[in-house]
Formats: sequence, C-alpha cells, structure tokens
Amino acid sequence: MDTFFMGEYDIIVIGAGHAGCEAGLAASRMGKKTLMLSINLEAVAMMPCNPSIGGTGKGHLVREVDALGGEMGVNTDKTFIQSRMLNTAKGPAVHSLRAQADKTRYHLEMKKTIEKEPLLDMKQGEVVDLVIEDGKACGVVLRTGAVYRSRAVILATGTFLAGKIFIGDSVFDSGPNGLAPSMELAERLREYGLPMRRFKTGTPARALASSLDYSKMIPQDGDEEIVPFSFLNEELKREQIRCWLTYTNEKTHEVIRANFHRSALFGGKIEGVGPRYCPSIEDKVNRFADRKRHQLFIEPEGLDTEEMYIQGMSSSLPEDVQQAFYETIEGLENLKIVRPAYAIEYDCIDPLDLKMTLENRTLDGLFCAGQFNGSSGYEEAAAQGLMAGINAVLKLDGKEPFILDRSQAYIGVLIDDLVTKGTNEPYRIMTSRAEYRLMLRQDNADLRLTELGHEVGLVRQDRYDKYLEKKKAVELETKRLKRKMVSPERANPLLEQLGTAPIKTAQSLYELLRRPEVTYDNTAEIDAERPALTRHQRTTMEVEIKYGGYIQKQLSQIEKFKRLEGRKLSSEIDYSKIDGLRIEAQQKLNDLKPVSVGQASRISGVSPADINVLLIYLEKNRRKTADQGEKSEES
Amino acid sequence: MCETIAAISTAYGEGGIGIIRISGPESLGILRRIFSCKGSIESRRMTYGRIIDPEDSSIIDEVLAVYMKAPSTYTGEDVAEINCHGSTVSLRKTLALVLREGARMAEPGEFTKRAFLNGRLDLSQAEAVIDVIKAKADASYDAAISQMEGDLSRTVRQIRKNILDILVELTVNIDYPDEDIEQLTYEKLQTGIKAAENEVEELLATAGTGRMIKEGIRVAIVGRPNVGKSSLMNGLLRQSRAIVTEVPGTTRDTIEETVSIRNIPVYLIDTAGIRQTEDVVEKIGIERTKEAFNNADLIVFIVDASEPLTEEDEDILARLEGRRALILLNKTDLGNTVTPGEIADKSPNSDILYTCLLNGEGIKEIEDRIEELVYGGQLSQKDCVMVNNVRHEELLRRALQFLVDAETITKAGEALDIIEIDVREAYDLLGEIIGETVSDEVIDEVFSRFCLGK
Repeated sequence: MDTFFMGEYDIIVIGAGHAGCEAGLAASRMGKKTLMLSINLEAVAMMPCNPSIGGTGKGHLVREVDALGGEMGVNTDKTFIQSRMLNTAKGPAVHSLRAQADKTRYHLEMKKTIEKEPLLDMKQGEVVDLVIEDGKACGVVLRTGAVYRSRAVILATGTFLAGKIFIGDSVFDSGPNGLAPSMELAERLREYGLPMRRFKTGTPARALASSLDYSKMIPQDGDEEIVPFSFLNEELKREQIRCWLTYTNEKTHEVIRANFHRSALFGGKIEGVGPRYCPSIEDKVNRFADRKRHQLFIEPEGLDTEEMYIQGMSSSLPEDVQQAFYETIEGLENLKIVRPAYAIEYDCIDPLDLKMTLENRTLDGLFCAGQFNGSSGYEEAAAQGLMAGINAVLKLDGKEPFILDRSQAYIGVLIDDLVTKGTNEPYRIMTSRAEYRLMLRQDNADLRLTELGHEVGLVRQDRYDKYLEKKKAVELETKRLKRKMVSPERANPLLEQLGTAPIKTAQSLYELLRRPEVTYDNTAEIDAERPALTRHQRTTMEVEIKYGGYIQKQLSQIEKFKRLEGRKLSSEIDYSKIDGLRIEAQQKLNDLKPVSVGQASRISGVSPADINVLLIYLEKNRRKTADQGEKSEES
Repeated sequence: MCETIAAISTAYGEGGIGIIRISGPESLGILRRIFSCKGSIESRRMTYGRIIDPEDSSIIDEVLAVYMKAPSTYTGEDVAEINCHGSTVSLRKTLALVLREGARMAEPGEFTKRAFLNGRLDLSQAEAVIDVIKAKADASYDAAISQMEGDLSRTVRQIRKNILDILVELTVNIDYPDEDIEQLTYEKLQTGIKAAENEVEELLATAGTGRMIKEGIRVAIVGRPNVGKSSLMNGLLRQSRAIVTEVPGTTRDTIEETVSIRNIPVYLIDTAGIRQTEDVVEKIGIERTKEAFNNADLIVFIVDASEPLTEEDEDILARLEGRRALILLNKTDLGNTVTPGEIADKSPNSDILYTCLLNGEGIKEIEDRIEELVYGGQLSQKDCVMVNNVRHEELLRRALQFLVDAETITKAGEALDIIEIDVREAYDLLGEIIGETVSDEVIDEVFSRFCLGK
C-alpha cells in the first residue's frame, strides 16, 4: 500500500475514549499540537457499558482528574440526569459521588469540547501501524495510507484492539458496541515485542423502556441536594430521572443453569481473563449457587432514548437464552431487547512494561493509557489518559516527569499498583486499595492536587483562583471557630436538642464540632458572625475538624512512607552489579527499574534486606560523587 | 530517620552487664521517663540511678546510664545506653519499658546501617556493613522459617483469619454500597473485634513462660554463710567455680552462672549471706543479695538441718512469703535438728527437700523442681503456643492496642472507614510476626465471598 505524509504533530493520541479524550485535551492545553484519532468519531467519549460515572473509589478519581484540570468531572456535570452521594453514613473518606450520565449528551459535549480546543485536531481514521525509528515511536500510519509524524504517541485503544465479541456460539471480531475492531495494529504491537495479553469484559442487554412494568420494581431516586463533580461548579439544579431496582428469582437461575453449556464463558471459547467485580449473571449463578436472588438496576441510557441498561445482568449466553431468562424477572415479563448482552475480549499490555510516567519500556516515546494498560472502567481510563498526556508533554519539554505517589492521590495508587505489581484481571480502583484513605478524600482533591496541576501548566487561572480561595477560606474559618467561644447558656439548649452532653464551661465551637452529633449547619443559630462559605469549602473544613485526630495520625504514617519514596533510584543502575542483592531481587529490579526505594519495596520478590542493601549502595554512591565533586573543585 | 530504635546491644546470655542501646530523636525523652537519678542527665556522663516503670513506679533495676548527644555518636543520632545487670530478666524488662515509651525494636544491623547512612562509618566499612545486614537477615530469615512451621505462626494465622473476616465485611460494606449484601451492624463488628482482642491477649499471656524457656529463669540461692550455697552451685554446675571454704562470708559478692537444666537456661545467683556486718565489702555483697532475692523467679533457701534455726534463718524465712521458694534441709549427714514441720509452720507454701549437697544428694530432685516450675500446670502440654521473642511480643502488644482502639470507637459509633483503619493496622502488625504484610488478601476474600458487580 502506498503511504503518504499528511502532517506533523507534537503528540498523537490513538483512541478517543475516556483515556484518549483526557490525554488529547491535556496535551493540547499544555501547548502541544496534538492529533486525536478514532476508528469512528461516534465513539468519542462513548460509554459502551453502564451509563454512570463515579461510585466508590471511581468518584474519587473523577474529582482528582478534575482537580488537575481534566475534563471528566466538568463533562459529567453538564450531562448527568441523576446524582447520588453514596456511603454518606460510612465515613468522610469514602463518601462517593455517582451520577447517571446521558450517554449521547456526554459523547456530544465531550466531542464539542475537543473540537473547540485550538491546538487539538480530531480525525476519524484507523491506525494500522506505528512509525518507529531507532526504537522510538514517532508517528502513525492509517489504513488509508496517511502518515502523521509526531514526537510522542499515546496508545488508548480500549477494547478495540483485536476485539472479539461473544454471544453464545456466535463469535466475531468487533470493537465495542458493534464498531470496527483494530486488528492490524494489534499484530504490529506484538511484532514490536510488547508483552501483550488478553482480557475480557462484558455488558448486559439494553431493553426498551416501554416494554417494562415499573409497578413491580422499586424506584431509586437521585439526591435532593445535588453535589457537583467539578470543583468549578458550586450549585447545580437539575430535573432528575428515576432508576429502578428488581431481582432475579429461582426461575431465572433455572433457565441460566439449564443453558450453562451454551455460554461462551463455560464453553472454553474465551481465553481472556475477566474481572471478578464484574461477573456475568451465569458466573454469579454458578459461583453463588445458594443465592436465591440477585439484584438488578434498570437505568435510562439518556433523555433522548427509550433504551434502558440492565445493570447486574451481563452475559455471554445466546440471544434466545437471554430473552428467556430476562423474561422470568419481575417487571421484565414483556421485555423487548434492543441490544443483546455480550462479552468482549481484547488485547492489552502487561502494565509491568510501563514506567511510572506510563511510558512504555520497550518503545521510547510511546505512552499508554486506559484499558490498554489492563485497567477497567471509564474513570480509571480518564485518570491514566490525563497522566499520560501530561507526562508526554513534560518529556517533550525535557522536564521532570509528573508522578503522584500513593499518599497523594488515588491516581497514584492506581498507576503504582498497575506498573509495580501488575494485574491478573482488569483492574478496578477501590477505596480499600489506598493506604492513606483519610487523606485521599474526594472533598479535598483540589487541595491535594490543583497546585500541582497548576505547576505543570494544565490548571487554568479560574480553577486556580477558586482553589486558593477555598484554601484560604478553610484556614480562616477553622481559626475563627477555634477562637469562637460559646457559653453553656447559649450552647446547652442546642446540644440537648441534638442529643449530646451539655457543657459546663464555655467551649470553642471548634471543640463542639468534633462531636458526631454536632455539624457546621446545625450550629448556625449559635454562631451569628459566620461567613458565607461555599459547599466545597464547608465540606472540607468540617471533615478536617471532625476527623482531625485521625488525619494527624495518618499524616505521620505518610511522613514515614515519604522517606523511602523520596530516595530516588536512577534508571541507569545495573542491579546485577550490586553486591548483596539476592538474584531474584536483582532480576526484578532490573526489569522494573523502580523510580524510588519506596517503589522498589513494593515489588514482589524484593525483601526488606534487599532494600537495606539498596540504601547502603545509594549512600556509597552519594559519597563517591561528593568525593569526586570535591576533587574536581580542587583541580 | 525519624524513628527511635532500641535493642539489647550486648550478646545474649554473655557478660556481667547487658547494654540497651537507644538511638534516635526520642532517646533522651525515653531515658528521662524511665530513669531516675540524682541531679540531671548530662550528655556523655555515665550516671548511676534506677529504672522505674512510670506506670506503677516499680523499680526494675539499678543501672548506669549515659546519654550522648548527636552527631558524635555511634549512629550519628542521639543515643542513650543503659547498662543493666547481665541478667536477661532485668534487661528484657528494661527493653520492654523502652519500647513501651515509644522506641521501636531495631532491625538486624540497623544501628550499623544508621551509623553508615549518617556518615559515621567510612567507605571501606560499607562492604562489611552489607555483610552484617545480610548475615543477620539470613539468620532472622531462618528463624522466621522455623517460626513459620511452629505453633505460634499457626495461632497468629488463625487470629489474622478472624480479623480478615472483619476486614472483608468492612470493605464490602464500604466499597459496595449498592450491593445486595447483609449490612454490617455495629454489634456484630464489636463482637468480632472483641473476640480478636481476646485471642491476642491470650497469646500475649504466654509471653512470660515462653521467655522463661528461651531466656531462662533466675534462681537465687540464699542462706546463712557456710550453709552449702556454693556446694549447691557446684553441684548444679558440676564444676568447681565458686570457692567452697569453711570460713563464713567467703562468697562476698553475688556470683552468677548459667546452666542448662533439662534444656532450660537457668541463671544461678549465689549470694552472700544476709547477716549484719560492718565489713564494707561484705555490706555491698549483702545489698546485692537482697536485690538478687527480689528479682529471682525462684529462691532456693538452704538451711543447716544439723543446727537449730538462727535469727538470720528466721529473717530469711519471713522474706519468703509470697515468693516461689524451695527450702533445702542440708547437711543431713550431720543431723536432723530442724524438721520439715518446723519449716512448714513458718513458711507454709514452700517446697521442702532433704539434701546433702556436699555429696551431691538432692541435686536431681532440685532439677526436677526447676523443670516443674517452668513447665508447670497447663503449660506442660506440648502443643501449647508460646511467645518467646521480644519483637513478637511488641508486635502483639501494638496489635492489641489497635484492636482496643477499634473496639472503643466502634462502641462510640464512629464511621466504618475510621474503624477499618485501626483493624487493618492490627492485621498488618500481626502479619509482621509471620512475615506477611503487603497483600491483596482482603480484596481476594471480598470477591470470593460476595457476589458483586454489575
């Protein structure tokens, strides 16, 4: 095939899903001429599975992406049709925001944002090969023969790469949602020596809204008071839609059991590894045979469609079986399937082949993000896309990489887990994966990250100002509350009413706020000179007062953690030459080239004794260098 | 390096004194809290004083202590050293106190490592340091392996498994709010935490006996001068180390010897008599005797059975009250003036034996008694789990504290994610005993037990 040169960019992003969009936007907003390519522009910011953004851990990621100047939070705020704060009773660190998004509007709004971005070009086109020179990725070749050159390439292929769909016996090459798969690129990547593997995931059927009987289901409404995702938005008012809850029953399970043999999953056709947290309904029935019922949520896909998503019921059973088991469910007796459930298998990379910057170890200048890295979920993808975009730009500018550690962000936990420990299944973030959860709250994501996002040049002035304002407001108001004394006469009637012990002598409002029963809002009546705080300011201030003791405890743990994290390791070190390291440790360290002693300590196969040897080695080197420095100064 | 570390820095079971070394910013603070002396503690001045438990004001030992201000110290940090009596009992009690007051148990080779990292050792010593760390780590690795197969690790594993159950419940409730799972009640949570707490406590309770077996017991030999103390010592040692003479008061100082009796290390403290004396040297000896008497796990009181009880004998008998004691009616070859009945009247709970120590008669019975003391009661069962390592004991104690905290805040109705932090900390600390910390156990269990996901 003839190829021809079509243009030159700083950075090319392959894929326009949640990772690709953040990568492209970040790179162009940081001043780089960027090209985004997608097999089909209808797939820009497409949500091929559930119509929601956020949830436990995931909501934290969205807030972090937002705090760094990413787009996911803003776009969700523009297009959500129901919003809920989950886990409000389970502690401040795990409050988790989740919104039902209008899929079409989400896609259109994101597409429009990209189209309006001055330095960002978006084109429809299938990448069939990379341009590689001297082991460096420096461009792409499209199916049409068009060649675009660039100084860095970001791979964000999602489930398109060698995608294969399974519906019962029917197996065919396909990207998500019936879109064309990317077959040739998959072959090339294997040829280039990238360590590829197969993962799988699945999605349930979509049903026609009018074919469902809601009188048999339990309604699920959004919160009355809407908390926005983006720190840029304070108050949002919106008409919200309803979701519905119903259950499977013994009959459903009978139908599924009778047809196990027809499932692609049990037929041995699927070689890819699926995620445990996203099992198909046949998997649930098989593994939890004693459960009498499984719950499912019926969720609208958008305002301009009658399609309803059947959450909890993904399957790779044939269409006739799907129809049969869905019909056994209360409220779904007359269900009309609009799109059948399917399982999809795809190519992804072993993330141990990535650096902390998400740059590939095998090919220089090739950054990787999203499902391609073995993760799962829109939010996980967006977070990696953003970081890959930022780091690609920093590399081109010859600047220090931007790495978030485990004590700074869920993004740090996500990437560190992927590139240090690897994963055997599509990786999903969870709050329990974070060691310093009390610090990594969603309410303080801006306080943790916006300064850093501003430093790398992604956070714009309006966001930065808002952050500074919040930081100052929280500090000032906390100080004022410490000084604000309340007399027993004034406080006790309220305290009694709130069901908490009265005070004997005057106490500061700050002290009172540490009681579980007392909140900032319910003490307004005894605190006349209170300034007007925004919702984001209020939330953070209150959490930090209430949980001050625990936060302090966690801060000292973080300090300990930071000591090893701060000991940097050069990628030049040849660990096989370090005397005292065990052979296994030498190999693992040479393979992964950790950036810090802290990261090294998390690699499986590296023992505490090995870490001690490493510390000694570092100190030895430091002194050698210091000695040489002195000598050269003398001469 | 911000943490303060501590360890016994003299070799185990050797030497007349044992040194506890503390290094790190809290060194002086810890020393101040547990060491009482005349005047103030000055840097680089060896000071005489007492180690006192600040909780109950009990005296642990009389010691010499020194504080050395950074940076000109072995490790380059603030260092404190406490010279205790060589017995493991007072050493370990003092170390336990130091750990309780905020120091962490030093890892193998950690003082040397810090010394190097703080520039206190020169470059040529670096290789040696690596060897030290490696050798010690290997040794502790071997120890860890043998522990792994042991009962202790099995018990710790069981406790961890129970805590894991709690963690899994907490995690699934926190991370999967929308799922159709049983909501965790505070009542259930508290019951679970309390149960784990009890298990850790039970294990900790064995720490005393465990250490007795590993570190040995202290046996003080007391009695009037020339009653046969040195003969007993020799009998147990089966070698002539202490001088046996006919002149009263020859054994002027306490003499300590270590013997292995049925595989139990036993520290024998041969004491001077307790009789009133004007002799200065002997006076010191008598003071030591009283101290040895107070610190002993077992007191062997030797009475000359051929002569009537003296005032001094009566004095000692009176001091035996509440102590574990074995009374030997010695010199039976010369007569039986003192009867067991007479002794039993005055010291009803003591064990009484007839001996003729010069001829070696009664030594075997004494050994039987010592063995019985250590393995006595329920502890004689072979499958009993014991904690015999200060590091393990410390980890258990810290884990227990986190469980107690978790229970307290559960009672107070604190949020689940706050409770989870303490429970997880306890879980991780217990993991350190058996060498398991970083892992995905919780997440793995969540998925194997609960049906989750869209």
